Amino acid sequence: MKFDTPATTNPIDRLKVVGRPTSRIDGPLKTTGTAPYAYERHDVVANQAYGYAVGSTIAKGRIASMDVKAAEAAPGVLAVVTAGNAGPLAKADRNIATLLGGPQIEHYHQAIALVVAESFEQARAAAALIRVDYTRADGAFDLERAREGVTGPSKDDPDSTLGDFAGAFAAAPIQLDATYRTPDQSHAMMEPHATIAAWRGDQLTVWTSNQMIDWATTDLAKTLGIPKEKVHVVSPFVGGGFGGKLFLRADTLLAALGARATGRPVKVALPRPLIMNNTTHRPATIQRIRIGATPDGRITAIGHESWSGNLPDGKPENAVDQTRLLYAAPNRLTGTRLAVLDLPEGNAMRAPGEAPGLMALEIAMDEMAEKLGLDPVEFRIRNDTQVDPEKPDRPFSQRQLVECLRLGAERFGWSRRSAQPARNRDGRWLVGTGVAAAFRNNLLTPSAARVRLDKHGMVAVETDMTDIGTGSYTILAQTAAEMMGVGLDKVVVRLGDSKFPVSAGSGGQWGANNSTAGVYAACVKLREAVAQKLGFNSADAVFSDGVVRSGNRSAPLAQAAGDPGLAAEDAIEYGDLGKRYQQSTFGAHFVEVGVDAATAEIRVRRMLAVCAAGRILNPLSARSQVIGAMTMGVGAALMEELAVDTRAGFFVNHDLAGYEVPVHADIPHQEVIFLDETDPISSPMKAKGVGELGLCGVGAAIANAIHNATGARVRDYPITLDKLLDRMPEVG
Amino acid sequence: MRPFTYERARSPAEAAAAAARSQGAKFIAGGTNLLDLMKLEIEAPPHLIDVNGLALDTIEATPDGGLRIGALVRNTDLAADGRVRRDYGLLSRALLAGASGQLRNKATTAGNLLQRTRCPYFYDTAQPCNKRQPGSGCGAIGGFSRQHAVVGGSEACIATHPSDMAVAMRALDATVETVKPDGATRSIPIADFHRLPGDTPHIETALAPGELIVAVTLPKPVGGVQLYRKVRDRASYAFALVSVGAIVQPDGSGRVALGGVAHKPWRIEAAEAEMPRGAKAVAAQLLAGANPTPANAFKLPLVERTLGAVLAEAKG
Amino acid sequence: MQNPGDLELTRRGVLMGSAAAVALTTGPFTEPAHAAAKRQEPILSTVSFTVNGKPRRLELDTRTTLLDALRDHLHVTGPKKGCDHGQCGACTVLVAGRRINACLTLAVMHEGDSVTTIEGLGLPDGLHPMQAAFVKHDGYQCGYCTPGQICSAVAVLDEIKAGIPSHASTDLTTPPQATAAELRERMSGNICRCGAYSNIVDAITEVAGRQA
Repeated sequence: MKFDTPATTNPIDRLKVVGRPTSRIDGPLKTTGTAPYAYERHDVVANQAYGYAVGSTIAKGRIASMDVKAAEAAPGVLAVVTAGNAGPLAKADRNIATLLGGPQIEHYHQAIALVVAESFEQARAAAALIRVDYTRADGAFDLERAREGVTGPSKDDPDSTLGDFAGAFAAAPIQLDATYRTPDQSHAMMEPHATIAAWRGDQLTVWTSNQMIDWATTDLAKTLGIPKEKVHVVSPFVGGGFGGKLFLRADTLLAALGARATGRPVKVALPRPLIMNNTTHRPATIQRIRIGATPDGRITAIGHESWSGNLPDGKPENAVDQTRLLYAAPNRLTGTRLAVLDLPEGNAMRAPGEAPGLMALEIAMDEMAEKLGLDPVEFRIRNDTQVDPEKPDRPFSQRQLVECLRLGAERFGWSRRSAQPARNRDGRWLVGTGVAAAFRNNLLTPSAARVRLDKHGMVAVETDMTDIGTGSYTILAQTAAEMMGVGLDKVVVRLGDSKFPVSAGSGGQWGANNSTAGVYAACVKLREAVAQKLGFNSADAVFSDGVVRSGNRSAPLAQAAGDPGLAAEDAIEYGDLGKRYQQSTFGAHFVEVGVDAATAEIRVRRMLAVCAAGRILNPLSARSQVIGAMTMGVGAALMEELAVDTRAGFFVNHDLAGYEVPVHADIPHQEVIFLDETDPISSPMKAKGVGELGLCGVGAAIANAIHNATGARVRDYPITLDKLLDRMPEVG
Repeated sequence: MRPFTYERARSPAEAAAAAARSQGAKFIAGGTNLLDLMKLEIEAPPHLIDVNGLALDTIEATPDGGLRIGALVRNTDLAADGRVRRDYGLLSRALLAGASGQLRNKATTAGNLLQRTRCPYFYDTAQPCNKRQPGSGCGAIGGFSRQHAVVGGSEACIATHPSDMAVAMRALDATVETVKPDGATRSIPIADFHRLPGDTPHIETALAPGELIVAVTLPKPVGGVQLYRKVRDRASYAFALVSVGAIVQPDGSGRVALGGVAHKPWRIEAAEAEMPRGAKAVAAQLLAGANPTPANAFKLPLVERTLGAVLAEAKG
Repeated sequence: MQNPGDLELTRRGVLMGSAAAVALTTGPFTEPAHAAAKRQEPILSTVSFTVNGKPRRLELDTRTTLLDALRDHLHVTGPKKGCDHGQCGACTVLVAGRRINACLTLAVMHEGDSVTTIEGLGLPDGLHPMQAAFVKHDGYQCGYCTPGQICSAVAVLDEIKAGIPSHASTDLTTPPQATAAELRERMSGNICRCGAYSNIVDAITEVAGRQA
């Protein structure tokens, strides 16, 4: 189905199933521990052996020699796989560093070997017997230092400009020129990267944990140099991803190689202490923001440059993207600056670009409002735009940022806030509130699905879409139920299998809208097949309560299926609506923090998000996506930082004790409001995504609340007590 | 993890004898730190002596009005004991500030004292660490040292002791009772139990090889307002940046011990004479000779401010 | 993060930035291959305990954790391995009714114990009230930490009932209540990276209210 004109009324608009707060259909499995994750698939193949991955202990250089004799001789060991004996391996385009290093080493904890043994204990112990002599090479590990050598854009990422930024900024009566820093961050999903691999002849099956089935299939085939048809990827449950499982990673490749070397199914989970350096991370940024405005608060010039580092051939963290679209201004400059760093591979983490970008931009907006003596909500409203500022003939399909800000301010009690910082005290706590805008683009990606109807009236949805906690199972079931006019109990959803039609996959908050639209398209086809089978006019057939009606005729849906059943497959594909309209999601975050007057410990006391993101397909799971993102935003604001050892070139705090993410005690009750919105430009579902929107801006709202509480402006995340201490009041 | 033989001991004497038979053997009780380290081969004992059957899990009153806490009393049970909550609130508070509910259910009184540092360079076996591998250097010095010691460190090691409980025990003047492999028993004042790193950071306590802790005794209650304040980025389930354990008497005198600042629970009795003069004076003495890194110098004002808040709270 | 100044180099830190050839092992020890391999012979031991009421007897490598015994030997895969180092709580199970991290205890140390995993609380056709409350309040997303959260939640309510205090208890001498602050502190050993905390506290609060 080609979607190239705005959606009109369609069966989804009935909202009998879609749009209702619906408990997840996979809930009973997940809450009883019976949902099967990759490493525990005892049911799929017998005789599994255990693989244990070994990582490089230098950041850059060469393996001079590697002695695996002791490991090979250790009891229970079946094989030791290294780059030296694995056979030729290619590198997929989506990987920056090779997944099995050696002799060249590109980053710390790059996998250099897999030990396969009869037991996990034997594999782990034997892995420790591998001796490696390295020849270390000099590397660049310090973004601050590398930044000095990078003054302009790379040729792949030219600056975006409009008008005369430099002139307008210089002429602006009110100016802000400030630099902000965000650290390297880790996805830290709870399920480690894990895979069971088994070969049957030249046919490889991997049961893994991956967000993008088709990418994994394509890239595993390419890396191994085998036809894609020979690779079967299965990933029905994913224990969190956040972008960390978008790509083929070492667990999958190593399991496949280990299984090939031993002739046994092999299972591999990356050890937690290896994950943060072995896999990808969100790169640190240094962001310079310049804003010029008139005294009445109109922005005349806005500039945003962001420095980040990556391995050679890596991409920059695009922290300036939202600045091209969020606020009106006639003179603009945005651009990325990319330094080569020999740290582990930087890549997408939840809301790549916008998450760190808004952490900086939305502090800058708060600072600017303060300079102008304007309320920060009002300042944002005053600079709203309903069109793409760089292309004024290109409207937003929907843009309710102002409504989000206004409603949020009202519900949060914003009017009670003191504009003067450090005026509000509650016992030992200095209390402050902060606001930030949320913004994340809506990305359109083709997505296919197959829908089957059987003689019992059961509808089965098959697509290689994944559910990484996002609620895909449930919203796809809701979509099929709505389209086919059946209850949720009549729908079965099967996901995460490369034998199913290729979906949008899970990433970039594009999953919900695109994958449901794909199921919509397949259901439209199935409805036509049903109508045809029943001899009904498909144009006026109504599917409801398990019955198909047309004119004065009706028939049970199951009757159309008959014994052989009916099946239909289709994909949603997009025309140029994405070009003609700017499609984005909007929100506003309001936060109250307390800062301990003595210790400067920061605790979040209240959080509210108001989101405008098209039709909300399932308000229950969508709300969970948003509160989860807000929680990640608390981590980003207050604690998350991969500490770089700039001598040895690695992330030092590489486990879940050292890399702190929020725990229960960090998170207060969270409120989420969805504005009533449908976006007929986005898809027949009229939906967009919320999973990343919920993270965008949270960090800055917290930073702004801390400033309001204390008067201290910290531009360097995470905002930890040591950065506030010397600006806190006298004790006692 | 290296293979190891395993036995369950039935009595302290049997455990001590088992330790004498097997070089490098380790006692295991809660296991929450030892197994963590064995998985990384930071600890690699060839033999484990399971002491959980030793019936050292009771808390008894002592003739002089104190408490004798069995080595195997779990952190949860010690913190929840009515006498501890009433008379040694500092201890209960410190225990509850540490780890998680699950870990406190396993972790024992003796094991808590024997916790090893959480320095990330100690934990990463590819990095230099004089504590893990004597003579290999210290990765934290000049590296990531935000969590590290600011007092009592050496050029070999700036690791901190991670325990909260031990800070309370130090302030409460606890005594550690042990039995040696030859059956000899002794009592070690808590002040002498943990060592400073010096040139031998791998030697962390006064225990001899194979020596088993059987109990920790507390002298009779000293009263006062007892507070434990743990300062950390994350609100729970995190090690202290700085912690302050304090016992403050109505006349303003009292005791103070610090966590998160040194290789051992940090208490200087002489500093306590300054308590009536306030936090600044006490902190100045406690932190005299401090040698922080640029990354952890904030701990010095943080100690003073936290102590100030604790003393103010004690005053009510 | 801090930039190590030049003065730091005068201390006994190792100069790790130099481009010299260095040898490092992945483990802390070095010894000849045959000797190293010989020391790796697994040592087996038997242990008997009950899992979800069912007696089990296993012969195991002594190195096997309770978590791996459950997951890999008994195929009881409800308890999850998130970190294997006591840093996340995904492996939480109940032993004799008390919650522990199954990753930080050896299976052989549980002779005679009774172990309850998430499967022992309830299965899809008969959910435990806590499991049902998690479904109702959407107290999970990816589901990986969920078994640990639920086992912990059940134990937390028992701990409060037993009068065990927490870091959030303002007064050590009065019985604790199942307030939101108490629940948040007590549940903090169970990390949920999907960030379902606010919903989880709602779910536990509902069950606590029902129990009271």
